[in-house]
Amino acid sequence: MEVLKVEHLSKKFGSKPVLNDLNFSLNAGECLGIVGRSGCGKSTTVKIIARLMPPDEGKIILCGEDITNAEGVKLKDAYKNMQMIFQMPEDSFDPRRTLGQSIGEPLKNFGFDNIGERVKNLLEEVGLPPEFSERYPHEVSGGQCQRAATARAISISPKLLICDEATSALDVTVQSQIVKLIGKLCREKNIACLFITHDLNILPKIADRVAVMHEGKFAEEGLTDEVIKNAKSEYTRELLAADFFKMK
Amino acid sequence: MSKRYRPLIPFLILTGILIFVAVFAPFLTPYDPYLQDLEGALAAPNSTNLLGTDRYGRDVLSRVIMGSQTTLCASLLLLLTISVFGSLIGAICGYKGGKIDIFLMRMSDIFLAFPQMIFAVAAAGVLGGGLFNAAAALAVIGWPKYARISRGLVLTVRSMPYMDAAKMAGTGSIEMLYRHVLPNIAGPVLVTAALDIGTIIMELAGLSFLGLGAMPPTAEWGAMMNNGRSMIQTAPWVILSPGAAIFITVAVFNLLGDKIRDVMDPKNQRREVF
Repeated sequence: MEVLKVEHLSKKFGSKPVLNDLNFSLNAGECLGIVGRSGCGKSTTVKIIARLMPPDEGKIILCGEDITNAEGVKLKDAYKNMQMIFQMPEDSFDPRRTLGQSIGEPLKNFGFDNIGERVKNLLEEVGLPPEFSERYPHEVSGGQCQRAATARAISISPKLLICDEATSALDVTVQSQIVKLIGKLCREKNIACLFITHDLNILPKIADRVAVMHEGKFAEEGLTDEVIKNAKSEYTRELLAADFFKMK
Repeated sequence: MSKRYRPLIPFLILTGILIFVAVFAPFLTPYDPYLQDLEGALAAPNSTNLLGTDRYGRDVLSRVIMGSQTTLCASLLLLLTISVFGSLIGAICGYKGGKIDIFLMRMSDIFLAFPQMIFAVAAAGVLGGGLFNAAAALAVIGWPKYARISRGLVLTVRSMPYMDAAKMAGTGSIEMLYRHVLPNIAGPVLVTAALDIGTIIMELAGLSFLGLGAMPPTAEWGAMMNNGRSMIQTAPWVILSPGAAIFITVAVFNLLGDKIRDVMDPKNQRREVF
């Protein structure tokens, strides 16, 4: 089942094109990794899909509904099917609210009951003790905060999970744990995942397909192993070489 | 009371004492603060009149106590008006943006361009003096500061990822405003207001000192200092007593503001286990 379809998405900042006729789709339970250097348009793509920024042209179809211009109730309905994990874990939580309050916010807004109990179960699901619901974001580590952000994102069982550089602000060991956690949850719950990163090494652990983004469009797209082992575009090879040296 | 708020207690007690004195001033004065006794004029502090008497023989202690009511009420009301009005304008500008933001911010720029005290002196002079007019003059020039602060804070809060997260959590605009925006801008605005109490007391007292504030025979600290300024060498208690009252009150409110700033810092929101 097709969860997300992006058609002819374009965006300019002033006269500079950032997205250039972008097209792709994503099925339930599938994970698409979008990789590229800083400034290639990865974050702009997800911000537009998440309706946090308007596109200049194009369509975003989520679960069969065109949400490109959705507002009010229609937009709220769209968010019921789409959640996001942000780059900076601590900044994605209101500093004046406990993790429990923040995780419970979507549950409350979308009419779930027994919120306290659900929050504790969600925390356990992401590997955090239930007592963490009483903690403030600055009282936990980056990795723990990102686990809590994952709990918030999956709390309402969305059809699409967007991870915008969700591991960039974490150290390497924690990165691996978070990637495994997101991958496991998406597989178990049949959630489509759009995983944005600038680090190609992470993608084999989570992504079924990879799209390499360059100057606002996909330079290459295919199965993860194929793209990594047999890159067709020069840009992908450069990216792979850069990551190889980073690993060294 | 949570451990987090404990450092506030001594300053809240001191502020409470000041407010208690101001509210119950008519019952706390040893003598009628307006009762003249020309035979006992300019008596130095003694066991009957602890802070002496002024040129009309009025008990200075009674007038200082009564003056706390006038000064504190006027200052706190003025502060409440400018902080609420200014913050509301700033929050609207920051949240809505567009033409309304441009218009109101240019208005605030115009008011900010005037030196505050000189504008207040001119406005109070034109309006004809009196405590109400002095407060009105300070209100007209005082709101842009709060508008600027709250607008800047709203813009900062709006750009934070947790606002995007809240939007994606299905939180509506109004809920967003009271659940995420206002609690995150309230702290700095409250701290600014607490630190401003002292300045406003000084400014109101200053206008009264210049004869543009409280009118005789109202007991008001600035006006009392104005009445005593010609006797600073012969009867210093007349000017020093209200001066000391202003000094103590301003110091207490400034210290309270400092402590509120410490307590309102979200990084200090620690639970008992830490």
